[in-house]
Amino acid sequence: MRILQQLRDQDRAGDMQALVDHIPYARFLGIQADIKGSEVTMILPFKDSLIGNVNLPALHGGAIGAFLEITSVVQLLFNTSCERLPKTIDISIDYLRSGKPVDTFGRATVTRQGRRVANVRAELWQDDRSKPVAASHGHFLLAPS
Amino acid sequence: MTTDDASLETLPPHGEAIGIEMVAIEGRKCTVKVPYAAHLVGDPDTGIIHGGVITATLDNASGWAIRCHESWHSGISMATLDIRIDYMKPAVPGMDLFVQSECFKVTRNVAFVRAFAYQDDIDDPVATSVASFMLGTPNEARQ
Repeated sequence: MRILQQLRDQDRAGDMQALVDHIPYARFLGIQADIKGSEVTMILPFKDSLIGNVNLPALHGGAIGAFLEITSVVQLLFNTSCERLPKTIDISIDYLRSGKPVDTFGRATVTRQGRRVANVRAELWQDDRSKPVAASHGHFLLAPS
Repeated sequence: MTTDDASLETLPPHGEAIGIEMVAIEGRKCTVKVPYAAHLVGDPDTGIIHGGVITATLDNASGWAIRCHESWHSGISMATLDIRIDYMKPAVPGMDLFVQSECFKVTRNVAFVRAFAYQDDIDDPVATSVASFMLGTPNEARQ
């Protein structure tokens, strides 16, 4: 992705918000990146178009899945200086609680980073960090194809 | 995804935002389409749609497949317990995406669904998924 090179050239390799703003689908979801030191917190501000169940109401599982995936990839890009966007090989998502119509936060941990593949775990929560709404673990391809 | 017992044609707001359309129902299988759109792109350099769009469509189509199963009856609510997605290859930019899902087992509490995301050939999929859904989950706001 050209943006990764541009950010590095401008010495803004850690500017994850600029990266997120560059991805049309992330922009469409309204995702924000908040960085404090070495920790990246991703934010999915609530909006009506994220709803999957109008009766509860609850967030759409797909929106939650997409947010987990983006949280994982952004953490990976923050930790490493990949030249290209890591490709998702697989992701396994556990839905733990129904997502309420409020803002959602996400953090990811790179559990292992190899030369070609990285293992990343991610967790989402809403008003209480100790009550996650969803968790995922995924494998991401780092090496150029 | 959690769904209500609305008809198969009723899209949740997020399904509508992505642009999911029901294409066909044959037995236990259902097929949906996502027309290619600029806001679904994951990498603006290539125009390839984001994996998250595929995740959302697989999840939505998997929920719909349960309602195609012969033992499902109107009024059963459901919520995704887990979904595992394997990405086989990037989607070709500019082409519509299809998902065919099949609910192959329904028990008293759980439904099992697999799904294929593809563009022109289901035997050369973009992604596949396996999901399980809890049935009879609460479907009203808790006080």
